This record gives sequence, C-alpha cells and structure tokens, in this order.
Amino acid sequence: MEYLKAFITGGIICIIGQILIDKTKLTSARILVLFVVAGCILGGLGIYEYIYNFGGSGATVPLTGFGYLLSKGVIEEVDKIGFLGAFTGGLKASAGGISIAVLFSLLAAIIFKPKEK
Amino acid sequence: MDTSESKKKEYQKSVKNLSPNSPIIKNCIWAFFSGGAICTFGQILNNYFKSLSFGEDNTALLVNIVLIGMSAVLTGFGLYSKMGKHCGAGTIVPITGFANSMVSPSIEFKTQGFILGLGAKMFTVAGPVIVYGITTSIIVGIAHYFLAG
Amino acid sequence: MINMQKRLGKHTVNIEKPVYIISTAALAGKKEGEGPLKDYFDYIADDIMFGEKSWEKAESKFFKKAFDMALKKSGKTYNDIDYMLSGDLLNQCGGSTFGLRDFKIPFLGIYGACSTFGEAISIGSMLIDGGFAQNVLCGAGSHFCSAEKQFRFPLELGTQRPPTATWTVTGAGAVVLSSKGKGPKVTCITTGKIIDMGIKDAANMGAAMAGAACDVISAHFKETGRKPDYYDVVATGDLGEVGKALLKKYLAEENIIFKNNITDCGLEIFDNEKQDTHSGGSGCACSAVTFSGYYYKQLTQNKIKRILLIPTGALINTDISQQGETIPSIAHAVAIEME
Repeated sequence: MEYLKAFITGGIICIIGQILIDKTKLTSARILVLFVVAGCILGGLGIYEYIYNFGGSGATVPLTGFGYLLSKGVIEEVDKIGFLGAFTGGLKASAGGISIAVLFSLLAAIIFKPKEK
Repeated sequence: MDTSESKKKEYQKSVKNLSPNSPIIKNCIWAFFSGGAICTFGQILNNYFKSLSFGEDNTALLVNIVLIGMSAVLTGFGLYSKMGKHCGAGTIVPITGFANSMVSPSIEFKTQGFILGLGAKMFTVAGPVIVYGITTSIIVGIAHYFLAG
Repeated sequence: MINMQKRLGKHTVNIEKPVYIISTAALAGKKEGEGPLKDYFDYIADDIMFGEKSWEKAESKFFKKAFDMALKKSGKTYNDIDYMLSGDLLNQCGGSTFGLRDFKIPFLGIYGACSTFGEAISIGSMLIDGGFAQNVLCGAGSHFCSAEKQFRFPLELGTQRPPTATWTVTGAGAVVLSSKGKGPKVTCITTGKIIDMGIKDAANMGAAMAGAACDVISAHFKETGRKPDYYDVVATGDLGEVGKALLKKYLAEENIIFKNNITDCGLEIFDNEKQDTHSGGSGCACSAVTFSGYYYKQLTQNKIKRILLIPTGALINTDISQQGETIPSIAHAVAIEME
C-alpha cells in the first residue's frame, strides 16, 4: 500500500510537470525551478506535510520534495536559533543532496565522454 | 511577403494550425508511470535503509545518494536522455532529473576545461534551481519567524 | 551605372557570363549516411567525433575534407582558386575558419545561418561574373552535437523534442565554381530580405523560416517572369514538414502554385519516420550536402535539367532570443541549370 501511494503521488506530480511542458513550452530548467519554489512555499504553508504523509517517497523524490526539505529545514532552524536561522536552515538541510550531486557530476565528467543522442 | 502586424497575427495562427501538437496524453501516461516508478524505487530504498536502523535524516540522505548516483551513471552512458525522450517530465521532475541536469553539462563542457567548462557549466540548469530554492526558503524562514515565532 | 541586363529587379540578378559548378563534394555524418541519400555522399564519417577530441574540431574537419575533396575532383590546385567562401553555425564561423586555416586562399567568411550555402554560391557567382575571379570555392556545413550544445541543451539532458523540432545535419558540402569547364551553370540569383513573422518558438524553425522562403520565391518568379513549372525541382533548405506546409499555403495566396516539383532538402535527407527526426533535417549542411551530393548528380546525369535551390536560415542569436525577441529569417534562391 505504501508503495502504491508513493507511485501514485510521484506519478501525479510528474503529470503536472508534463502538462506544463506540453502546454506552456516551458523548458525543463524552468520546470525544475518552478517545482522547487512551489514545494518550498507549500512546505512553508504546511500543506506539503499532508502530501508527504500520504505519499512518502512519492512526495520527497520529485523536486517539489527538495523545496519541501528546504522549507522544513529553515523552519526548524528558525525555531532553534531564531531569526538568523532563516539564512542557514534551508541550505543546511539540503547540503547533503547538493554536495553529492556536485561530486557525482564531477566524477561522471571525468569518467565519461560526451555522446550523440 | 506582407509583414504587416495583422498579417503576422494571421501567420502565427496558421503556424498553430499546421504545427502538430505534442502527444500530451501519451506523454502524460509515460510521465505518470516512469515518475511513479522512480518514486516507488525511492520508497523501497527508504524502507530498506530504515530497516538497517539509520535515522530519518540519514535514510533520506542515503536514498538521495543512490538515486543521484544511478542518474549520474545512466547519464554518463547516454541512457538517461534516451529514457527522457519517452518519459518527459517523468524523468525530469524527480531528483534523478536534477542530477541529470548537473551531470550532462559537466560531461559536455569538459572539452572547455575543468574550471570555466565543467565547473561553471555544471550549474546551467541546477544553478537557478538552487538560487530560487534558497531564496524562497529564506523568505519562508523570515515569514515563519514573524508569523509563527 | 547599374547594368540593367544583370539586374532584373530589387532582389534578382542574372548571371551573364557562364559560371559552371565544375565539381562538388558531400561529406556526411553517420545518421545522414543511414538515410535515403546515403548512396550519393562522397564520404560518410562512421563516428560523430570524426577521430577528433571535440565536436567543434570534428566540424572543422568536415570542412577541411569537403573543401579538399571538391578541389581534388575539380582538377584545380590551391593556386588556381581566387576566393574561398564559407560559413557555419558556430560562433564567429568557427567551423569554417578553423577547418580552412591551412588553405592559404583568400577567404571571405559569411553567415546566413542555414542559408549560408545559398549565400556562398550567390556571392561566388557574382565574383566570377564581375570578372574578379575565375575559380571560387564555396561551401557550408554543420554538426548536430556542436549546434545542440551552442543553441539548445546538453545532449545527455533528458528532454523531449517536440514534433515541430528539426534535426541538425552533420556534414559539409563544397562546390567549385569556375568561369570555364563543364557542368551545370548558375544562371540567376535572388537574394532574400530579412523577414520576421513574429515566431518565438526555437523548436519550430520551419515556421520561422517559411515566411522568408515565401518572400524570396515570389520575388524570384515575379522578377524573372518564370513560372513554377520552369524548374524540374524547387528545393528549399530546411523548412521540414511544418515549414513546407506553411510555404505552400502562403505561395498559393500569391498565386504561385506548384505541382509536384517542390520539396525540401530537410525532407529528402532523412526518413523522418524511421530516423526519428521529427519535422526534418536542418542546419547549414542540410542544403549543402543534399545539393552537393544528390541534386548535383541528378543534374550531371541529366535526370533533371533545372533546379531552384533555396537554402533557408533562422537568424537566431541565443542572447537576443533570451531577451524575448522573435526569430528573423532569411532565404536565398539560386537557379542552377544544365545546358
């Protein structure tokens, strides 16, 4: 059941992205920005919590989940250390993901050669 | 060719009529199943790492490591773009798509050197995501401080 | 004083003295070498890198080889060539200039996006007709990967190509124009204006360019007094399915109606269904390789007698496009006939 919920939640979030791509001709870069910002705002408003509770990884794996992570981190940090937490909380919470993506990108670029489509 | 504003408008209308639309239903089905599958895989990893009694934060991080690592390898072998051709948003929206957007320019711009090629171009897509993500989080943090604090 | 025998109108000039296309060379990439025109190419590279370290270097090598081969086939030497005209899609015409830097022939770099091949033959023919040159080497080329890298997204990025998108042809085509010799003659040149129909979608270049093609074709028929059936083939450069449909519609509005003699190089070079190239082929190499390989042989083997070649170009500048601008376009028509 947990898996089915993750499947459906993730699938629906991707469908929203697909409709935006096909209907508005937004580039994938814009879609990703939009999804992170949307996830962060929905997280800040406490709405994404519900999606997460229902969908689990279906809510955290899409980029909206990255936005949610930013909002969760920043809120926790503000609660812990006060106003200045607004400037550190988001990046702190997402530090692991970003560092890994940077490292793997660097490694992949060293190992692999560019390819034709 | 008449290039008056009214003719241009009429021309743009004809372009719309004569240009085939993207097969949106088919694309959405692909996006749903591929995106759903990636998320389910994330859930499987999540449960697995939890069963090894990693804490919640560490579990989330480990899931990301595996997904980003897989995306990097698939991108390197040129397979991620092949998947993306069919899956569309199904492979763009998940964290694997974010990783793909960092790995692909890194590989491609390696020929321009490690600093201004690889190092700089790595963030052509991911850069804006991080910029606006962090900015939004700061706004959320400040709003939380004043409204909830 | 303008020579009114040479100038037929605002856009069109008559090439009075004979300008022969005495040889051509068509070099193509692997994908093009699997397409319908595979038997007509002089050389097919089996690797997109062409043995080089980068796509940009591969593109330069295509130029070098194509120009070399056209020269060799013409029987001329480097010393016989008075001018060399070439251009491509890379910034500052990098493909041409780096590929041709060892040739030691006076060089004029030109840019007309994918219409460059038409521009090269136009200027080359005028140089000969004007008595400034006897032999001119003209060419154009493009490379799928370097073009994608410069104009769009990294190749490994998992994006979808919409059905209106075209596929940049990898390769280079070159021709030797000469005042003496044998072969089809360049008889008439219609130079296009910059036409902008307000299209912004960079994934629908055919739509952006069809207006320019329509403009130059109607000017050509008006100023020469020729009729559409004068030509065995009227071939636009890289409009693709979408652009071709638009072109036909707007030509019909100007009462220029073709039977079956209108086509598009982008539709000849690829099998869109089988090769998954969506709307068709594009790029400088599209018309250059299709003419140098396919149509030139059709002419010399007397399968066709007259062709109007109209390479089309979308004058995109990535920086200005990002500022929200529409896509200006251009097309140049060149009439080539067997005696």
